[in-house]
Amino acid sequence: MAKITVDGQLLDVPDGQNLLEALLALGMDLPYFCWHPKMGSVGACRQCAVVQYANEEDQRGRIVMSCMTPVAEGTIFSLAGEKASGFRESVVENLMLNHPHDCPVCEEGGECHLQDMTVMTGHRDRNYRYLKTTFTNQYLGPFIGHEMNRCITCYRCVRYYQDYAGGHDLAAFASRDRVFFGRSEDGVLENEFAGNLVEVCPTGVFTDKTLSAHYTRKWDLESAPAICVGCSLGCNVTASERYGELRRIHNRYHGDLNGYFLCDRGRFGWQYVNDDKRLTHCGVRTSTGLYQASQPKTVLSGLKESLGAATSVAGIGSPRASLEANYLLRLLVGPDNFYSGESEANAEINRCALQALRSSIRTPSLTEVEAADVVLILGEDTTDHAPRLALSIRQAAGNAGREMALRAGIPHWQDAAVRKLAQNVHSPVFVLTTYADRLDDIGIPTRLHPDAIAEAGFAIAHTLNDEFPNPTNIPGEIDIGAIAAALSSAKNPLVVTGSSPGSPNIVRAAMNVAAALQRQNPAAGLIICPTGPNSLGTSLLTDRTFPNTTGGVAIVVENDLFENFPGESLQQWQSELDQLITLDSLDNGTCSMAHVVMPATTFADGTGTYVNYEGRAQRSFGAFKPGEDTAPSWQWLLQLCHDQGKALEIKHLDDVLTALANEFPELRGVIDAAPGAGFRDHGQKVSRMTHRASGRTAMLADLSVHEPMQPADTETSLTYSMEGTNASAPAALKSYTWAPGWNSNQSINKFQDEIAGHLRGGDPGILLFGDDQVFAVQTPAEGSPTDSPTIIPRWHIFGSEALTGQGEAIVARSPRPYIQMNSHTAGLLNVAAGQALHSENLADVPSLPVIIDEGTPDNCLVCPVLPGTYSYFHNPGNLKPDASWQPAEPPDLITTDRST
Amino acid sequence: MPDSVFIYVIIFGTLFGSIGGAAVLVWFERRLLGFWQDRLGPNRVGPFGIGLAFADIIKLFTKEDWVPPFADKFVFIFAPTAIMMAMLLGFAVVPYGPGLYVVDLNIALLFFLGMTSLAVYSVLLGGLASRNKFALLGGLRSAAQMVSYEVFMGLSLMGVVMLSGSFSLVDIVNAQQDVWFVFSQFLGFLVFTIAGIAESHRLPFDLPEAEHELVAGFHTEYSGMKFGMFMVGEYLGVILISSMIATIFFGGWLGPDFLPPIFWFGLKSFLLVCFFVLLRAAIPRPRYDQLMSFGWKIMLPLTLVNLMVTGAVVLWWGY
Amino acid sequence: MIAAFYSQLRTLYTVLVHSFSRRETVQYPEEMPYLAPRYRGRIVLTRDPDGVERCVACNLCAVACPVDCIALQKTEDEDGRWYPEFFRINFSRCIMCGFCEEACPTYSIQLTPDFEMAEYDRQNMVYEKEHLLIDGPGKYPDYNFYRVAGKAIGGKAKGEAENESPPVDVRSLLP
Repeated sequence: MAKITVDGQLLDVPDGQNLLEALLALGMDLPYFCWHPKMGSVGACRQCAVVQYANEEDQRGRIVMSCMTPVAEGTIFSLAGEKASGFRESVVENLMLNHPHDCPVCEEGGECHLQDMTVMTGHRDRNYRYLKTTFTNQYLGPFIGHEMNRCITCYRCVRYYQDYAGGHDLAAFASRDRVFFGRSEDGVLENEFAGNLVEVCPTGVFTDKTLSAHYTRKWDLESAPAICVGCSLGCNVTASERYGELRRIHNRYHGDLNGYFLCDRGRFGWQYVNDDKRLTHCGVRTSTGLYQASQPKTVLSGLKESLGAATSVAGIGSPRASLEANYLLRLLVGPDNFYSGESEANAEINRCALQALRSSIRTPSLTEVEAADVVLILGEDTTDHAPRLALSIRQAAGNAGREMALRAGIPHWQDAAVRKLAQNVHSPVFVLTTYADRLDDIGIPTRLHPDAIAEAGFAIAHTLNDEFPNPTNIPGEIDIGAIAAALSSAKNPLVVTGSSPGSPNIVRAAMNVAAALQRQNPAAGLIICPTGPNSLGTSLLTDRTFPNTTGGVAIVVENDLFENFPGESLQQWQSELDQLITLDSLDNGTCSMAHVVMPATTFADGTGTYVNYEGRAQRSFGAFKPGEDTAPSWQWLLQLCHDQGKALEIKHLDDVLTALANEFPELRGVIDAAPGAGFRDHGQKVSRMTHRASGRTAMLADLSVHEPMQPADTETSLTYSMEGTNASAPAALKSYTWAPGWNSNQSINKFQDEIAGHLRGGDPGILLFGDDQVFAVQTPAEGSPTDSPTIIPRWHIFGSEALTGQGEAIVARSPRPYIQMNSHTAGLLNVAAGQALHSENLADVPSLPVIIDEGTPDNCLVCPVLPGTYSYFHNPGNLKPDASWQPAEPPDLITTDRST
Repeated sequence: MPDSVFIYVIIFGTLFGSIGGAAVLVWFERRLLGFWQDRLGPNRVGPFGIGLAFADIIKLFTKEDWVPPFADKFVFIFAPTAIMMAMLLGFAVVPYGPGLYVVDLNIALLFFLGMTSLAVYSVLLGGLASRNKFALLGGLRSAAQMVSYEVFMGLSLMGVVMLSGSFSLVDIVNAQQDVWFVFSQFLGFLVFTIAGIAESHRLPFDLPEAEHELVAGFHTEYSGMKFGMFMVGEYLGVILISSMIATIFFGGWLGPDFLPPIFWFGLKSFLLVCFFVLLRAAIPRPRYDQLMSFGWKIMLPLTLVNLMVTGAVVLWWGY
Repeated sequence: MIAAFYSQLRTLYTVLVHSFSRRETVQYPEEMPYLAPRYRGRIVLTRDPDGVERCVACNLCAVACPVDCIALQKTEDEDGRWYPEFFRINFSRCIMCGFCEEACPTYSIQLTPDFEMAEYDRQNMVYEKEHLLIDGPGKYPDYNFYRVAGKAIGGKAKGEAENESPPVDVRSLLP
């Protein structure tokens, strides 16, 4: 700690920080633009100026930028003095010279950092008498709007986009007052994390188009702390509603997980919540084969009879349904009849992941990933499968540079200096995947068949420690020894794998590598990314994946079985059932063959608990009251349980969690994942709406001038209104981030232990697993390597995740089905580029146009995971060229090819 | 007209005349207040807005007749009838003209004082039966106020009695053939008027009601016709006191012969009613302790002085 | 004592004299009172001098409203001009405080001297945009928000607003 004097006040601040973050951490208000907690300082905007005095006698002092000034013992500063504050006011005035006076029509208005900082400095009137510079805007794709006139040239966008997220297509152009931030030409911003520009930009240059389409100011949004259900990482988001519709997803800071940034799938992939395909009424299939909307009461009493009379009831849960829904389904059908509904391969990967979590191998959080100095990625396509992890790995690659800077005596927050020194030096990131990866630019890429990746993994483990078995083949394309050497010399090695290649063998290999490393270095980490947001939670409840019995009644909860199981066998299974009941939020293939459909909520309007990749149980709260006939799955299932005389002691969400914790001691932590419904903050519930929310007496007045009561929330300690606390609420319940004078998300400074550290009172969520179990050495699966072409699933960040893939903006960015191979493999199948392949077994599935890519390993047919291609993974049969295929119209979207 | 029919005409005339007068007074008072506040007052319903009086009556009659569940039901209902009965009985002794009276009692003055004193029961019981703190306070104030002012109200009239030598109002009027008692008994007139205002708890002495302090005082819990009876009772009180002042101090029906005596009586009473309204328009309400000390420390001595001087004069000059 | 008594009498006299002064009462509705243009009565939405609705759905009126009786939703036309998809004022809640007019950055929402809004059915007090929108610019005949603001709309490209220079040529090599 260092003692510094600010405005005559003696303060204790941590060493090694810059003055700006030290003062902000103390809760003081100091305006800034270009500094960002995660991107460090460059001293570009001159906004955080303070006066530094050489010693006690110095009366004049000199103006310094607080973000570029390290705190040191005995330094003396003036923050509030006339000289410093006058300077800051003049800086804002200069930045605002060309600002276009369009706050009323700006999506940033009301949560604008520029507005906040301008008010903070006291600047009001523009004294400059000359013309304003203007710019022409660019089309930047379906996610992000561009309004360049509002720019104050703080350079945060390019620093984020290029330096932090590794994007190449956003840059600063031209010079002097013509500096322009954009692309070289109109087109989609390619980076998968471009959406963070919306929050990174201190003003309204980059805005959220999905929000703008039905814009609502931040103060009017009814928000709740939700968990992103786009992948298994469990990023914290704020889901916000207005007029009964989800309006946007915003980042919700979590010190261990997403921090300040989200991926674009998480940020823009919410539109399915308002989709026309949302199920809004209970439906019963009539003799005509169509669905008849029906009263919930009628349907439930019908189900009471049919479930009571059924000989056997099978319950198929889901990796995307909440823990509560899965558990109640298990209670309803009995432990022996409960299935996870995941593919066999995914279930095996989940088992591996659970084993790793329970063992002494460390599973780092996303923040800890950023500290890794050697990363080995085995098979997992992080950017497309668990995107936010890729952004953390990218930061880890910069550790070599930071290490150099440290040796040179440069503080880590001196961003420009650190990068200038590091040039292109990166910490080694070995990317062993089957197809091109976004991390290739900072990593050491190797393209291998998934089986070969597994073998390489086993071989690395064996090289590290010969107690671990060696595979029968060792791929020749890769220098096993070099990777092993790099890993064993690392201080913080990390192994990353996951379910995207669909190969449990790769995961076992990764576990061996991590275990072998861990014997040398306890800091070694292993990350296994399952597929669904609650894959681990569901697989804790059962080992079974799918019923092998026939007949009886089956209940499917929030699961489209066609994703994981072959279509024909599902049709066969359904035809032998007496009754198929589905609970889901969106219409899908499984709903189409069900006899009874019940409308379930999504993450945005229902509450539930999810277990992420690191075994962190987190509660996701619904932002708004679901539609009249819609209810969370767990409520439907609880009603069905009660009708069958089961679980009568369970009445509320908290009871479900208590029962769950009693039955599974390992899941005790779920109760504390967030405060229960009885929690009161200073005697009050926590509000979902801001204290400025407007329109309460008018928003429903078109229906009736007699205002209804605000809906009550009996299941959680949040209110569906502005009544309640916010600022003092625990992090797991805080529905929006706001502090006086800080209307933007950057107000999070006021709620952190230290800048970019943990949230005050602890980050939300409870880590469920201990590290007491002994790690079992994994053995490579026996089997000869395949010589014939095999279909490899290729994840796409936009489109491969089934629910988000239904949103309008995501659909615009989703690829169309294709199949990619090298010319050797194409020769084996007798196809060429411009032709298409189709399967003999799948008559009604569209053919796949062929893309030739020489980087693809032999015998690999890379095919995107999309609703139209599921069948190709389950039962491809013989692939033949499709002579009748015609190329489709190119999409409307202006986009540039990712591979160039 | 035979006497037996005539007496009924007078009785019913008195009854309906006084109640009707009280009803019209509701409108008239508001009109007058309006004028003195540079407004027009109620002028919409019927000619000059007089329909308002009838609208008020219809409203009061058709309102829900409600007794609060916590009130003492019997007393609560009895209280408002008492004030109306007492005030109406008071009219029995008022001579409207020579031979125009219900009855000429030889103790008419005492009867009048007795009837007005009975009215205190109404207010007190209404306040008690309401079981409401504001009503109770109003009732208490009213009891203390009326009992206090009753004392010198009676004493102030003794001078008149001494001068006229009779308690009969007809005799008192006849005794003013030469000079009105307002001149010879000016102090008596002053005290009686002030005490009369207090007795009918009109502004500025409406402390039992005192809407700024006690919501509505003793009738806080009253509504509908029961409230109506309190209100009518109050206005009857105004008319009764006015006609008593006219009778005792302004020569009653006496006046020039070109108009009938009843007209003179009516005119005098009317002007006094107007004076009552003027008081309401102009004078603010005193504090409760001021009211009491004014009564006991100023009015009572003044009355006694008046009594002694009158007695001495009568003794000396032998009227 | 005497003075106090005199004071009371003088009060009576002063009030009595008022019998002869002029009545202040205005006989509404036969006689309409004069209401200043800035009188705060029924709320209207105005149009700018070009005849296009001024409201840009910025929500500032709604948030300024102390009784929360304004609800609206932003939408935009194909050229990026913002306007309200719906704009609703619940006049049964409105207290005519005029905060909305103070908050409005485009002079769109204005209070008018019309206060005769009584209805037998409360539901009729809920005004939608078609009830609120008038054809003229109201009290501010000359103001046009989009002439001042930098956002491009149909008929006004970048750099064509007041006090703006033409858009920058990013590829220019001039110093």
